[in-house]
Amino acid sequence: MTEMPVIGLEVHVQLKARAKLFCSCPTDFGAPPNSRVCPVCLGLPGALPIINNQAVLLAVRGALALGAEVSTSSTFDRKHYFYPDLPKGYQVSQNLRPLAHGGRVPTPMGQVDLLRIHIEEDAGKLSHTEDSTLIDYNRSGQALLEIVTAPCLSGAKQARVFLEILRRALVYAGVCDGRLEEGSMRCDANLSLGGGGRVEIKNLNSFRGVEKALAYELERQSRARAEGRTVLGETRRWDEAGAATRVMRTKGQAQDYWFLPEPDLPPLVIGADLRRQARGDLPEMPWTKEKRFTDDYGLSPAASSGLTKTRTMADYFEAVVAAGCKARQAANFLLGEGSKGPRGAGLPSPGQLALLLCELEQGRLSPTGAKAVFARMLTGETAREALRAVGSQLTDREYLEKLAAEVVAANPKAKADYLGGRKRALGFFIGAAMAASGGRAHPALLRKILVSLLTKNKV
Amino acid sequence: MARGLAAGEISSRELTEDFLRRSERWQRTLNAYIEITGDRALATAKRIDALRCRGEKLGPLAGIPMALKDNISTRGVATTCASRVLAGYIPPYDAAVVEKLGDCPLLGKANLDEFAMGSSNSTSAYGPACNPWDPARSPGGSSGGSAALVAAGCAPFSLGTDTGGSVRQPAAFCGVTGFKPSYGRVSRWGLLPLAPSLDQVGVLTPSVEDCALVLQEIAGHDSRDATSAGMSVPDYRAALGTEVSGLKIGLCPEVLADCSRGVGSALAEAARELEKGGGQIISVSLPFLEEAMGAYLLIASAEAASSLARYDGVAYGYRPLSPTLAEMYLGSRVFGPEVLRRLLLGVCSQGKGGGNYELGQRVRRAIVSRLDALFGQVDLLLLPVVSHPAFRLDEEPDPLAMHYNDLYSIPANLAGLPALALPCGFSEGLPLSLQLMAPRFREDLLLAAGSWWQRRTDWHHRRPREVCS
Ligand SMILES: [Zn+2]
Repeated sequence: MTEMPVIGLEVHVQLKARAKLFCSCPTDFGAPPNSRVCPVCLGLPGALPIINNQAVLLAVRGALALGAEVSTSSTFDRKHYFYPDLPKGYQVSQNLRPLAHGGRVPTPMGQVDLLRIHIEEDAGKLSHTEDSTLIDYNRSGQALLEIVTAPCLSGAKQARVFLEILRRALVYAGVCDGRLEEGSMRCDANLSLGGGGRVEIKNLNSFRGVEKALAYELERQSRARAEGRTVLGETRRWDEAGAATRVMRTKGQAQDYWFLPEPDLPPLVIGADLRRQARGDLPEMPWTKEKRFTDDYGLSPAASSGLTKTRTMADYFEAVVAAGCKARQAANFLLGEGSKGPRGAGLPSPGQLALLLCELEQGRLSPTGAKAVFARMLTGETAREALRAVGSQLTDREYLEKLAAEVVAANPKAKADYLGGRKRALGFFIGAAMAASGGRAHPALLRKILVSLLTKNKV
Repeated sequence: MARGLAAGEISSRELTEDFLRRSERWQRTLNAYIEITGDRALATAKRIDALRCRGEKLGPLAGIPMALKDNISTRGVATTCASRVLAGYIPPYDAAVVEKLGDCPLLGKANLDEFAMGSSNSTSAYGPACNPWDPARSPGGSSGGSAALVAAGCAPFSLGTDTGGSVRQPAAFCGVTGFKPSYGRVSRWGLLPLAPSLDQVGVLTPSVEDCALVLQEIAGHDSRDATSAGMSVPDYRAALGTEVSGLKIGLCPEVLADCSRGVGSALAEAARELEKGGGQIISVSLPFLEEAMGAYLLIASAEAASSLARYDGVAYGYRPLSPTLAEMYLGSRVFGPEVLRRLLLGVCSQGKGGGNYELGQRVRRAIVSRLDALFGQVDLLLLPVVSHPAFRLDEEPDPLAMHYNDLYSIPANLAGLPALALPCGFSEGLPLSLQLMAPRFREDLLLAAGSWWQRRTDWHHRRPREVCS
């Protein structure tokens, strides 16, 4: 069977707000259980929600970053269902009139259209021990942005790529910290194949998990179809350890939600000021940046993608280029040597790095020498200091001739090989001499001297 | 009383002890308290007396004891909503009104209908409260305990809550002054919700003058309640001495005709008095009362079902030993029959997509605009609170007939209007009441007309004889 699957995703993104959505409890991760709670987020009767303006600003910013249409007025609804992690018996969400409609995320495998984006509160966190279930309400009431895609993804791989790009965009926009291991982005997927039942997969906490679960489910469903079995609409969950999806609820047991407009909260009005404020400091999105890097700097798609992984990296790259370094040189260095060291604040200033890279570009410094200079710069030396300490490349003919003579004299066997016609032995001599010079010997000059020395002796 | 305290003629402790003694005596007859909190009351009273001794500046109500309906959160004092579901729940925080009245000794938590659902106070899990005028009769509901306590002189004032008449109807049955402020005038923070778009804290007092004092203390914006009104609070005492001359008062003849004879004639008499005082009675029609009740039932039952969704038996109250989660949920739902009936009505009326709630809200918006138009013609509306005096507790009430108790009260809740219940006569030894309704945030008009009425009449001075059981 080669039918195209129909895949849609619902992504829950934790907004990077200092306080929860409806109370002032802090949102720091890893606090002792139930230490970040108050009557509001514990759902005590009589406690009332007050919307957190910072969370709203971040939500609007997220929606604008994804190209969605933000509604002037949206409303909150209570979504009722029974589960112990839900202290009020309902979750405050936006059902009928969400914060935003539409939006899109470009991926190399085609654009992913968004249906809607809305604000909602997180639930508590259950942890199951052998004989009991514990509830931590620290997460209860944290602000989430739910992003719902159209059922337009064509495969497991695209789902994962989409999520990675989405994550990058939201981190760029400063909307989410993107820390997946802390549950900052969680995902439900739904999938149907060739008119079969719609299967929802819950409990997807990693992008790799999404890919694997969807791939598993596609395989399971197409096998079922090949064997003539009907695929039932149901809810499944991803079992990471067993590497399989398992049935959670069949259609008959479907969770019955009911909604009620939230009477405790007035409509959420997004005025022109707030919209301007949210749009104001919105950075260039990673996909735009990536394309610009390819177009303007002539970088390969892989290099552009690598450099736009984080805003810090991309901004740093551009600053180095602006300071006079050739783009390709800067890209190669940053994705190579530069990517191994520290990030962000630990890096030398772009102007300093540009100085170093110019030395390299003009052959006054070997790649090995550049490595040494860079290492010194990371300890706080300026480019000039580090260059002086390491020294520029040695072009002193007399020194290089002496060096070459020593190396040749010390390796009679290699010399014999070379003279016997094994030209590769030359590389050995160059390497040995380079090492003896601490990486500072000018490679081309050294080569010339070695060749003439070896040939002269022959005569 | 406040003047006596301020002048040092009587201490808060003496006053509180008096009221506590009286409360204990009446409790066996009335069952108007769910809990009497004597120690706490005396501790507050002593604190206030000490402050007064040191010459500290105190609020006008400091040292005056009070009773609170037991659906108002009190830190450290059990708050039951008269339900087994909340047995043992001790809130870790005070309601906004409790904070504002922190200098008033808390005599106790007053009885009510379970989760404030009812108009008789007979659905309480702690047994019905009784009417001090005739203990065989209902004190009304849902704030029955709060009204009975003020009527019996057990508390100088009490707070109730009014979702569809729950302050005004008990005030009428017990012959006290009952005030429901505009929606948003008093913070709902800490009020255990029944129907959040309709709920409002109300005041029960012996007189309009006292009512103004209490209202002044509890009114005002609260940043913790998103539905709280931002506007400033006027000086309500300034309204107290004013006249009714020049006020246009709407009266609906069909409504009078529907009332029991005692209520109808008392209202007609009141209208004549108001005219004598220079008020202008204007005949209006209120053809939307039945519709309003329909909308109210749809909205209130759906919101109540939502408000009570949190009592899943996991976090609160009574929990039987059950092997599975599902059984635990089912087993621990120990709501009484009236609550169950309304929960079912609420959840069922939602169906898929909540169409009925939306219908209720549409009707509500239509009624609000009709009331707006009406208040373009009149300053106040004169209505009965209930069409009859207090009914007997042993008359098995028909649930629908019970809702009709609220027929004249509901419009104020749907439109968020302030309304005042005032004693206006007696029938066979039972108090009768009139109701005045004003445009939103015109509490001052109600207080002006109400205090004028109480200068002219003495119905509010009559008190039931203490019955010893
Ligand atoms: Zn909180």
